[in-house]
Amino acid sequence: MSASLSRAAAALLRWGRGAVGGGGGGGLPGVGVRAASSGGQAEQLDALVKKDKVVVFLKGTPEQPQCGFSNAVVQILRLHGVRDYAAYNVLDDPELRQGIKDYSNWPTIPQVYLNGEFVGGCDILLQMHQNGDLVEELKKLGIRSALIDEKNQDSK
Amino acid sequence: MEMQSLEFAQLVFDLALIQCFLTTFPSLHFGMRMLRAQLARCTVPMATRACASRDSAGSAAGGPVEAAIRAKLEQALSPEVLELRNESGGHAVPAGSETHFRVAVVSSRFEGMSPLQRHRLGHAALSEELAGPVHALAIQAKTPAQWRENPQLDTSPPCLGGSKKTRGTS
Repeated sequence: MSASLSRAAAALLRWGRGAVGGGGGGGLPGVGVRAASSGGQAEQLDALVKKDKVVVFLKGTPEQPQCGFSNAVVQILRLHGVRDYAAYNVLDDPELRQGIKDYSNWPTIPQVYLNGEFVGGCDILLQMHQNGDLVEELKKLGIRSALIDEKNQDSK
Repeated sequence: MEMQSLEFAQLVFDLALIQCFLTTFPSLHFGMRMLRAQLARCTVPMATRACASRDSAGSAAGGPVEAAIRAKLEQALSPEVLELRNESGGHAVPAGSETHFRVAVVSSRFEGMSPLQRHRLGHAALSEELAGPVHALAIQAKTPAQWRENPQLDTSPPCLGGSKKTRGTS
């Protein structure tokens, strides 16, 4: 039991590092993930979305998005000064691309997770940004939105 | 100097994005002025739907997928307003494709529902299309009161090329 868990954890670490590093070595490495049953993959994705406070699944990378909607998510996070987030490039891995859609029960990419909870795609994130909800949600995670500081500067 | 339509679309999107900020963060007004100045120099007509009108004009009366989307959303949500636009022309897919859509659905059924719940309702109605030809679906799901505040089908951000390995899949 513990052996398989540590294998899964090791696979996840490689996966996370590869993806966050810009998708260079990205994808699902190792036997542990590819050979996993759908139940196993769900567990791994579950661990993945809970590993970091802000997790996004994109087409492309934050440095080089390959989709306008994914880019919108990246830009919104940038505007709020969120630099420390996990970004996974689904274009590097067809299994991840389909797996995350099944896991989230959401048919499209990008997908945004805050504190392990699925928030939505680009449309919903934009809406949250427009109505101020995103600032609040980030605050709950202990992340202070850069836009608060800009607003305060302006008021003074 | 003539701007490429893609750059224009990017500017329009940037402008729309910053315009959203203005309602809550007036300090970004300078950004708005800068973008407006850039747009003023642009020789492409100042229609925010420039790209979209090309799409709908190109696809005549709308194809079978568009018709199916419309019918299914009407049946599932009985919307007061339903605005649907085929945006495939703005993406890296063949002419005449029905792969990328934007829809505004206005229904009192959305009262009390979170954005996530509203979108999931839409997805459920269109599960066949989303499992099939539809690669992207941008949704604006509003109650009648919300729609009255801003009765407009937005413009999607410009395509950045998508996948180079696969073609037209979600």
